[in-house]
Amino acid sequence: MDSTVTHSAHGHEHGDVAHHHEELGFLRKYVFSLDHKIIGIQYAITGLLFLLFGFTLMMVMRFQLAYPGHPIPLIGSIFGAANAPNGVMLPEFYNQLGAMHGTIMVFLGVVPLAVGGFGNFVMPLQIGAPDMAFPKLNMMSYWVYFCGGMTMLASFFMPGGTAQSGWTSYPPLSIVVATNGQVYWLVGMIFLITSSLLGSVNFIVTIVQLRAKGLSYMRLPFFVWAQLVTSFLLLLAFPPLEAAGILQLMDRVAGTSFFLPSGLVISGKPLTVAGGGNPLLWQHLFWFLAHPEVYVLILPAMGIISEIIANNTRKPLWGYKALVYAAVFLGFMSFIVWAHHMFMTGMGTTISAFFQTTTMIISIPSVIILTALLLSLWGASIRFTTPMLFALAFLPMFGIGGLTGLPLGLAPSDIHLHDTYYVIGHFHYVVAPGTIFALFAGVYYWFPKATGRKMNETLGKIHFWGSFIAINFVFMPMFIQGLGGMNRRMYDGGMQYAHNAGLLHWNIVIGVAAWTLGICQIPFILNFFGSIKWGALADKNPWDATTLEWSAPSPPGHGNFLTEPVVYRGPYEYSVPGHAADFTPQFEPERA
Amino acid sequence: MSDHPIDMSKSIRTYGIVGGLLLVFTVLTVAVNQIHLASIALAITVALIIACMKGSMVAAIFMHLNHEKKWIYGALILTVVFFIVLMLIPNLTVADTIGTVSPYTAAAEHAAQKAEK
Amino acid sequence: MEIPYTVEPRPDSGLANGKLGIWLFLASEVMLFGALFSTYILLRVGAVEWPHGELNVWLGAVNTVILICSSVTMVVAWAKLKMNDFAKGRLYIIVTAVLALVFLVNKYFEYAEHFGKGEGPWHSTFFAIYFTLTGLHGLHIIGGIVVMAYLAGPGAKLWKRNPDQFTNRVEYTGLYWHFVDLVWIFLFPVLYLL
Repeated sequence: MDSTVTHSAHGHEHGDVAHHHEELGFLRKYVFSLDHKIIGIQYAITGLLFLLFGFTLMMVMRFQLAYPGHPIPLIGSIFGAANAPNGVMLPEFYNQLGAMHGTIMVFLGVVPLAVGGFGNFVMPLQIGAPDMAFPKLNMMSYWVYFCGGMTMLASFFMPGGTAQSGWTSYPPLSIVVATNGQVYWLVGMIFLITSSLLGSVNFIVTIVQLRAKGLSYMRLPFFVWAQLVTSFLLLLAFPPLEAAGILQLMDRVAGTSFFLPSGLVISGKPLTVAGGGNPLLWQHLFWFLAHPEVYVLILPAMGIISEIIANNTRKPLWGYKALVYAAVFLGFMSFIVWAHHMFMTGMGTTISAFFQTTTMIISIPSVIILTALLLSLWGASIRFTTPMLFALAFLPMFGIGGLTGLPLGLAPSDIHLHDTYYVIGHFHYVVAPGTIFALFAGVYYWFPKATGRKMNETLGKIHFWGSFIAINFVFMPMFIQGLGGMNRRMYDGGMQYAHNAGLLHWNIVIGVAAWTLGICQIPFILNFFGSIKWGALADKNPWDATTLEWSAPSPPGHGNFLTEPVVYRGPYEYSVPGHAADFTPQFEPERA
Repeated sequence: MSDHPIDMSKSIRTYGIVGGLLLVFTVLTVAVNQIHLASIALAITVALIIACMKGSMVAAIFMHLNHEKKWIYGALILTVVFFIVLMLIPNLTVADTIGTVSPYTAAAEHAAQKAEK
Repeated sequence: MEIPYTVEPRPDSGLANGKLGIWLFLASEVMLFGALFSTYILLRVGAVEWPHGELNVWLGAVNTVILICSSVTMVVAWAKLKMNDFAKGRLYIIVTAVLALVFLVNKYFEYAEHFGKGEGPWHSTFFAIYFTLTGLHGLHIIGGIVVMAYLAGPGAKLWKRNPDQFTNRVEYTGLYWHFVDLVWIFLFPVLYLL
């Protein structure tokens, strides 16, 4: 292999399988590529950059929370007098950072990386397909996402700042707040939703139509099942939010009153609109998506973890069928639990009971999946590689996240905990040491396939241990704060309420932990870019894994496989009795 | 040129007939509306039944759903279920206040009436 | 590198890629318009009074007739292509697009009438949901016209290279178009009559 070939992160062509095609120019090969691997890498890098940016916003916010009213050190002056005069963060600016932190992490970071990045790159390889079913649509999906991301970033520069009504953008506040940034947020969301919708169609058609010979549904790696269910969630749950976004846009720019009730008075002045609208309508349409959205955040992560656990335990996953049925059931149930985010909106006790019931039921498939993954460790020969460390940490972290959701899903306890830091602790445990750890695991695991080189194990372990310890110090104290009644989204860290007095010191702990967590990402960033150039060379199957992607060259060329892939067995035939090697790949023919 | 043309003349006739039926149902829809029915609930029910019949014809005949494949049926059934959920449930959460007037609306109306005087 | 099952169906699913793709897209569109219908219900149910007779029923009915006819011409276009009659097929696509344009012209007159009376979307929640529902529907009509224009125009070159693939594209466009008609079949009574 020519080691002087340019090691751009966008991959380079080895073992080109196409018979003859004209050499494409730079733009068509790396920018407007139709190849799912390039598009996947584009999504992944863009997603990782947005994750870093979204996290940076929070690191800035954490200073204000730890030391309210103090000028932000070093970088305080770059925010300008409109946002932070003399480096002291204004409440409006705090709200902007808060709203955009959530929006960026969920819609610009995690989903594009988990679905657009990993889904695009890995799934066609795992099913033995030459590419996605609709390569042009795939390319369009990325660029529409990119436009959405740029629109979101542009919103920061609007007079009045960006959106500042939370990532949930509840009206009437989001409609009356005096900034065009909110309009940019809505337009950005419309771009992002469109991108996801087009992508989800592509994923489902690819999985149904382009599976290799012998790859029946129950021989699919669980990662593919997870992506399939996720795509159905995106397909059917996103459109109501797109509609809601259009309605809110019309309330802001066309003077309609979809969400503005009659008789609304702002600062003593009655609003001059027709009225007759319903703020709860937004909440219903928003959460109709946003609840399935959280399963969009977790399912690909569960898929990634499953692959890595099977590979690093040298055993088949325990309960493959249970995992598949649980994932499908989870997807279905996710559509009928949304109003557990709305227990405090005055709905009747009957409908509240309905949502509490469905919410309790939906915890069952999650537990089945977690249990199956835990049981997969029993009697295993565990290889503590960096991906496996992240995968192992995922299990208890997701457990904590899931368990802390239970009191939130029951109305009586939710009355006390709603809109407190307990909620923030709960969902961050699931998404941060949950999903994001899984995404890190995936990066370390599939990096050799994408680049032909392995990432450095020592740097990986430093990244893991530093992140794992710091992240628990960031989010565990939030349960204490929330149980004590500290509300969320307060720019002064809760100082203004007497009942928070004994909880304020935790803000300093959390702040220091967050900045430490930030520093702990440096080994990862160095490792990621450094390994592209200097990483140890990897062959086709450096992890001795069983799934189809490991039969393609590292990195795969255009068309992916050198010969047409055929599947002979299930995805996790590790340590099969009677076989010499401790793994039997799916693609290895039966011995005579 | 396609090398296996199919004789579609029977299908084309069916399309024409169904199209005609749809036009008849449209006339029916407008006609029924001109009769003032007993209650608004009845009017809604009748209008939706006629619309569903028209919709089923478009779906079954024009969109060939009468002989489609399992995956399509599956995806559509799932969609219909969630569509019904989306129609029903938000309204169930406000079901106990249907027919009442929120105190804010009442206050706004009151203020508007006072301003007019 | 060829993507399999672009034209010929995959044996176990019985589908070509595009057929599954367009139906999945239509499923998402059902949810999109569904959210707006749900909005309509919630707003109407919570309203003190709901306007009646504000809209031009006859123009709406005429538009309904136009869309139904365009659905017929669209499916006949596909049928003609399946019979290898490219000229007739193309003609029917153009007729469909023309009917769609007439629909839009009628809509323009309707909108102009309302705006002239100061009845824009800001006027009341009824007009807000009326303009949003019909406006989004209208955007879908425009989208359909664009695709039909492409198929009848520059896209028609595909007929010579791969007639089955071209016929499939017309079929998928037809499915989209029938869906647009379906939405109107519900929109018309809900907004104009009830």
